[in-house]
Amino acid sequence: MFVILPLVAMLGEVEWSRFGALITSESSVAALKLSLKTATASTIVCIVLGVPMAAVLARSSFRGLSVLRSLILLPLVLPPVVGGIALLYTFGRKGLLGSELEMLGIRIAFSTTAVVLAQAFVALPFLVVSLEGAMRTAGQRFEAVAATLGARPTTVLRRVTLPLVLPGLLSGAVLAFARSLGEFGATLTFAGSLEGVTRTLPLEIYLQREADADAAVALSLVLVVVAVVIVVAVRGRGSAGTL
Amino acid sequence: MTGLRAHAAVAGRGVDIEIDAAPGTVTAILGPNGAGKSTLLSVIAGLQRPDRGRVELDGRLLTDTERGLAVAPHKRGMALLAQEALLFPHMSAAANVAFAPRSTGRSRREAKDIAAHWLDAVDATALADRKPGELSGGQAQRVAVARALAAEPQLLLLDEPMASLDVSTAPALRSLLRRVLRTGQQTALLVTHDALDALALADRVVVVEGGRVVEEGEVRQVLSRPRSAFAARVAGINLCSGEIDADANLVTESGDVVYGASDEVLAPGVRAVAVFRPTAVAVYSELPHGSPRNHFPITVAEIENRGDLVRLRGEEDGHHAALMADVTPAAAADLDLTVGASVHFVVKATETSIYPVFN
Repeated sequence: MFVILPLVAMLGEVEWSRFGALITSESSVAALKLSLKTATASTIVCIVLGVPMAAVLARSSFRGLSVLRSLILLPLVLPPVVGGIALLYTFGRKGLLGSELEMLGIRIAFSTTAVVLAQAFVALPFLVVSLEGAMRTAGQRFEAVAATLGARPTTVLRRVTLPLVLPGLLSGAVLAFARSLGEFGATLTFAGSLEGVTRTLPLEIYLQREADADAAVALSLVLVVVAVVIVVAVRGRGSAGTL
Repeated sequence: MTGLRAHAAVAGRGVDIEIDAAPGTVTAILGPNGAGKSTLLSVIAGLQRPDRGRVELDGRLLTDTERGLAVAPHKRGMALLAQEALLFPHMSAAANVAFAPRSTGRSRREAKDIAAHWLDAVDATALADRKPGELSGGQAQRVAVARALAAEPQLLLLDEPMASLDVSTAPALRSLLRRVLRTGQQTALLVTHDALDALALADRVVVVEGGRVVEEGEVRQVLSRPRSAFAARVAGINLCSGEIDADANLVTESGDVVYGASDEVLAPGVRAVAVFRPTAVAVYSELPHGSPRNHFPITVAEIENRGDLVRLRGEEDGHHAALMADVTPAAAADLDLTVGASVHFVVKATETSIYPVFN
């Protein structure tokens, strides 16, 4: 009830006669395109950074491992706005790395790159948690058995490890993509809201709410549909992963 | 062909075991949990590096800590069958069995034929297309046996393959293993703590206790004339160890004298054991008078009904392992036995055999 009721209430507000026009307006399409583009990019960043992290968390044991895990999972519990501020003081013009990057002619804050970074920052833990779970279930014992059966390490990776963790990786990537798509706080703080450059769909919805409430509701519905598709996709893959 | 010669010392686990196995023979490694049996197998398979050790299979040196040599597990020509089947969950049974031939470079077609052959050998042809999740524990273990054999290993390592099966499926797997192992072709090490496994499957047995080999020999020899407490326990025989005195009797560490018969010459001072069957033990609440009989004061620790007999197990007292006695239910009722009761185990000298322990 708590979940369904607000969605039904929103559905009731959708002005179906203008729905098509509202979601195909120039600014909406720009926002949607930007959202899909940046969410895809940030998912790739998450995979590149997250796979080694998950491997370390699942397969090694050293002192401080639990501290490391907590640090990696921190963005999960951090308010996104705080994440955005942290990123701003890292990559912003006066930030920790920003001034050096500035000298190299690289400007990250308030650019599309910033959007991707903000999204990756908040979405990374979703991928890591999901994949780490899959790697743990897969276990090293299957790899040991495969090795004693005469499989080279590359064969073990290709035929045993990867197939076993792939469902976890997929569901983790889908979750990271979904989280990226919905990112608002960190994006607004770190990347701002420039149409076509950093104004993603959630930001567009927030702005449209002031100017044209009907457009905001219509775009929200688009995000709801995307979210439902994602949840079904992850669930449909079975119970792989931990999320 | 020289078979297996292995030595593994792992300080962290207090393990220092040396073991040989002739080609085409099955050697059972018998011992209690934590004795170091699985550690030994891991070292032989190359999954664990010993602190000191050497593994040689058919003249090929695989591990030698002195030279810093450690051949990778996949190049050792061994296959490991563990307690759990550990079938790859994303492959069908047939693909699991075909895994080893495929990994060692056989063509898809050849691997398929090899898999079909071994699935047939373990009576699992009907299971070929099933995923491991659709197999029962016994079925999965059968497929795992086929998968290990399909690797055509020079040495097959079996780590308690029956331990996770229930009593109704274990005998079937045991006879299957007997069929595929006792061909005289396959060299195998079988880790177990069950005398039945050793009797059914092995030529030789090595008894490991506390990380050391305490006794080895032919299975029947070891189980009928055990020299170690563990072998006596799995064989269901009572054993007291001690030294031979001037009258050729055994004196235990607590100073008790055990009288018995021996078909060997017993020199004074030699370490020896006295063994007797639980069925040879008579149980009394008061110590009777009589000729050369051995008697042991016992506190009953366990009373187990075995159908036509009742087995009593005494408390371990530090000098000898828990002694056992089998009495009839009527005798047990007459004695009014309860756990904690003090009784006397009495056994005739003629029912007790004494023999030296070679070490």
